[in-house]
Amino acid sequence: MKEKIGIFEKRNRYGIEKNIDIVFKNSTLLLSSFVAIILFGIIIVVFSQSLESFSKYGLRFLTTSAWNPVTDEYGAFAAIYGTLITSIFSILITIPLGVGTAIFITEDFVPRAAREVIGFFVELLAAIPSVVLGLWAIFVMEPFFRGFFEFLHIRFGWIPLFSSEPTGRNSLLAIFILVVMLLPIVTSISRDTLNQVPQKLRNASYGIGAGRWKTIFSVILPAALSGIMAGVLLGLGRALGETMAVTMIIGNSNSFSWSLLSPGYTISAMLANQFGEADGSQVSSLFYAAFVLMILTLVVNIFAQWLVKKFSLKYE
Amino acid sequence: MNSLFYKNKSKRAITDKFLTGISSICAVVAILPLLLVVSYILFKGGTQLNLDLFLLEPNPSGYADPGGINPALVGTLIITSIATLIAIPVGVGGGIYLAEYSKGGAFSRFIRFGVNVLSGVPSIIAGVFIYALIVSTRIIMGSTYSGLAGGIALSILMLPSVIKTTDEGLKLVPNELRQASLGVGASMYTTILRITLPAAFRSIATGVILGIARAAGETAPLIFTALFSYYYVAGFEDVFYEMGSLSVLIYNFALEPYDAQNKLAWAASFILVLSILSVNIFARLVSAITNKTKRI
Repeated sequence: MKEKIGIFEKRNRYGIEKNIDIVFKNSTLLLSSFVAIILFGIIIVVFSQSLESFSKYGLRFLTTSAWNPVTDEYGAFAAIYGTLITSIFSILITIPLGVGTAIFITEDFVPRAAREVIGFFVELLAAIPSVVLGLWAIFVMEPFFRGFFEFLHIRFGWIPLFSSEPTGRNSLLAIFILVVMLLPIVTSISRDTLNQVPQKLRNASYGIGAGRWKTIFSVILPAALSGIMAGVLLGLGRALGETMAVTMIIGNSNSFSWSLLSPGYTISAMLANQFGEADGSQVSSLFYAAFVLMILTLVVNIFAQWLVKKFSLKYE
Repeated sequence: MNSLFYKNKSKRAITDKFLTGISSICAVVAILPLLLVVSYILFKGGTQLNLDLFLLEPNPSGYADPGGINPALVGTLIITSIATLIAIPVGVGGGIYLAEYSKGGAFSRFIRFGVNVLSGVPSIIAGVFIYALIVSTRIIMGSTYSGLAGGIALSILMLPSVIKTTDEGLKLVPNELRQASLGVGASMYTTILRITLPAAFRSIATGVILGIARAAGETAPLIFTALFSYYYVAGFEDVFYEMGSLSVLIYNFALEPYDAQNKLAWAASFILVLSILSVNIFARLVSAITNKTKRI
């Protein structure tokens, strides 16, 4: 009996075993801190590269739209305006479509299998590379909408947004292709939030005599509002920084125009177009524009995260 | 008494039907683009497929015969592999720290926040960053535009998703497994590598594969890091030079005024979309099946 107890005696760990443990822990710590290093690295590098242009043009860069490498005069107003206007219009179109689709997927209008297929398709849409959507937009969407844009201009030309003769590639097409790219984001996040709303709320609402849509509008959507808002903001962040499809279809013109039917520019399109062959203070100005874009997306994303953190636990 | 019966002509019944119709229309509009894009690419790109496409270099614009996309195909494989080789060790290691070692302190909360912020950084900014850091400084062997720089830029975009899936996959592993392993005397290091990582392997692998598929289609970070090349990838040292990729080929050739180049862009889209979609469908099917038969 006595010798058997020996097996259970406390075993001392060898030094090497302890050291491996410590090294492993610290190397994972180092690897995880790479995230912070990269994030700060991006901010510092982009900012320091833009300093030259920043000190030269200051805030004037944001309000003028000259872009002239010959006279060395740079301003990104047209690009910033284009970035904001395309993002805002596209997200405004996406919200009803995306939330409507999310409601369709979470309610029981059609059998569960059909709803899952629709949800699956919407998520697959997110997997299509944006450059492919751009190619499709150039060769399929642009010819398709040409007549519609003519009609818009003739009928609603008195609205400044439609005041110019439609050109081949323009801001409105960029907005349409952005809607296609934002739909999966807004839909899938809205669907997840709607699924999280407890069944009890729905039952209580039906119990006091509310119909299906009264329940959706007065009970379920308000309960899911913060999650949907977060999805919308994430979509907005994506729209601000989206590059390829927009660059290919927006027309790339740095002259400012109110009209969505004339060619426009966004910051990311400007970077994609000019970065390769830029030199001198033009590079610095492009970095300045990149910095503006980064700040815009950072603010939107951080706000979205704050919203999720603040409100998401309410119904869990 | 009558008020207990459903009146299908009442105002609210009609409103309900109307809104249901609108919501169905939304769903149709939402999946329409996918069906249109995929069917058009299958039709337009599928008709361009032939053996030469996979074997030849693309011809300069203006030629009636566009040549093939071999350099871009190989380039995409190389650049994506470089990105994967960087992102997996860093991402899985970082995820292990977050899920296994951190105790919810300020540092780990900041890293989790940073992961979310980094995943929201526009892909073109990653390209700009690598351009400033590697391309313009010629820090790697004196090379400027290179496949390696492109791979590093892509790895920045993959990193957040790898960390996130590792972190979330490990958190789903029940604590009893860890306690049992530590209880029989295994060290933390052995526990993680032999017990918890294998238990979470499937969900991590699914996430990583989806991340790779997403990176393979990225264009914006490559256009001024890897640039583009018309020539075959001949040997290992070519990663230090300009390298083509399918996505940049689509971008460049879509904007060409020549029909022959446009056709090449469609063919490249066909290959890219088909492989990305099949990887997505496969990964999701596998995770759907394993979710049903999950043991832990």
